[in-house]
Amino acid sequence: MKILVPVKRVIDYSVKARVKSDQSGVELNNVKMSINPFDEIAVEEAIRMKEAGTASEIVVVSIGVEKSQETLRTALAMGADRAILIKAADTVDTDIEPLAVAKLLAKVTEEEAPGMVILGKQAIDNDMNATGQMLSALLGWSQVTYASKITVDGDTLNVTREVDAGLQNITAKLPAVITADLRLNEPRYVKLPNIMKAKKKPMDIKTPEDYGVDVSPRLTITSVVEPPARAAGIKVESVTELMDKLKNEAGVLS
Amino acid sequence: MSVLLIAEVLEGQLNKDSTAKALTAAVQLGDVDVLCASSGCGDAASELAALQGVAKVLCANDASYEYAIAEPMAALIVSLADKYEHIVFPATTSGKNIAPRVAALLDVMVISEVMEIKGADEFVRPIYAGNAIQTVTTADAKKVMTIRTASFDNAADGGSAAIEEIAAVACDTPVAWVSNEVQKSDRPELTSSSVIVSGGRGVGSEEDFKLIEALADKLGAAVGASRAAVDAGFAPNDQQVGQTGKIVAPQLYIAVGISGAIQHLAGMKDSKVIVAINKDEDAPIFQVADYGLVADLFDAVPEMTAALE
Repeated sequence: MKILVPVKRVIDYSVKARVKSDQSGVELNNVKMSINPFDEIAVEEAIRMKEAGTASEIVVVSIGVEKSQETLRTALAMGADRAILIKAADTVDTDIEPLAVAKLLAKVTEEEAPGMVILGKQAIDNDMNATGQMLSALLGWSQVTYASKITVDGDTLNVTREVDAGLQNITAKLPAVITADLRLNEPRYVKLPNIMKAKKKPMDIKTPEDYGVDVSPRLTITSVVEPPARAAGIKVESVTELMDKLKNEAGVLS
Repeated sequence: MSVLLIAEVLEGQLNKDSTAKALTAAVQLGDVDVLCASSGCGDAASELAALQGVAKVLCANDASYEYAIAEPMAALIVSLADKYEHIVFPATTSGKNIAPRVAALLDVMVISEVMEIKGADEFVRPIYAGNAIQTVTTADAKKVMTIRTASFDNAADGGSAAIEEIAAVACDTPVAWVSNEVQKSDRPELTSSSVIVSGGRGVGSEEDFKLIEALADKLGAAVGASRAAVDAGFAPNDQQVGQTGKIVAPQLYIAVGISGAIQHLAGMKDSKVIVAINKDEDAPIFQVADYGLVADLFDAVPEMTAALE
């Protein structure tokens, strides 16, 4: 079975997002960019399925600026077999919306005919948490979100999902779109020789026009601002003073 | 045009808290009909009818809705969509599972985690785990959105809306529920608890995490942890609060031995009152804390626990 893994290039999770002074967005120039952490988990899961003999080939795809190639190379260095870049944006400030991404991925899926698509549950930039659900709807494939454990049994998946109340176990028929949650696995560190090898792995470069998909946005961003700053707090000298403040000033202890 | 609010009803039980908060947002958009879809949702439908601001409860009673599987839920909602301009869900894991599917089937964008409604087509939402706040307008004819429940108050009881039975929509779904593994802990669930005590790397070991748990139990609180504490094996993954873990906004958040990495702050800085206990007076956590106590946690935490006896 072939597995398709979409990956997104985002601000590295350890970097604090800074809002631009003109309120048009978050500063993305000269900022460390990395693979979206949840997508990295998806790549790892696909590689483990290949190592276990469940998957035969892993194709990674990214939609965005030319530099998303770096993100794809990371996934190739981890162990994916080949990559597709869909160059849909000229500047890093243009974010392609989940609906357009899902439409492009649906076309890639038709062409590549994988048995499953695994991707992160959300990108840590726009936090939409939507692409996997939308792709599943467009393809009519099983929708499996927030997976923390996946086993493949013939044409059936046994999946543990992270839900508000705890964990939920479900079965889903293949083909399926699966979104990866934090606890699914811990991605491996990439070794230097694999980075070198990844440079030689094949990468196709496409455009949205190649797939006949209109990626123009449905939402208009009118402003991006800093969240309201918290009022300055105080230092207390003792546990006794702390407990008194929590009871009598903040009113959060009875 | 009116608003369709999708109530969260799982196994016949209404999640009243998240639904009533989403209702407070929904009434700002127009007359609200509430969809109650479950198997045996009679009690849930009555509870919904009693919420102030509900115009009508649509009750779809069918076994296929019992666990809110996305495929049948979305098919039902799409069948009702003609009459509504706004389709609103609470931003729970269940709501966030279904809403984007409905949006894609209607060929519209979803607007996730709405924290403020500025108009019929203008919404405010957090991005970068709350490190930036985005205002968007949409040109889509139908607006499908999830409501960040921490941003809205509960709608009050005292309504008496009509309940209308509606037919289920046939849906051959490839996904089936098997079982739930509800956390065995007697402690409240992290994302809905009003008090959270979290431990960081400073706690030092899994054994010493019992200090955090003892304080939490005295407060009736949930237990959280920083990524550093989880990576060090002091606490399980599902307790991780932060950008890649759980995002929480309790009434009281007590951060113990947590330095305050960006990663962690992103997950808890919307808490109403933040307390930080750390022996390093320069720790960044003190910049977001309402009350900071520079102290050795091994003295301060047992003292707090004892003070609550």
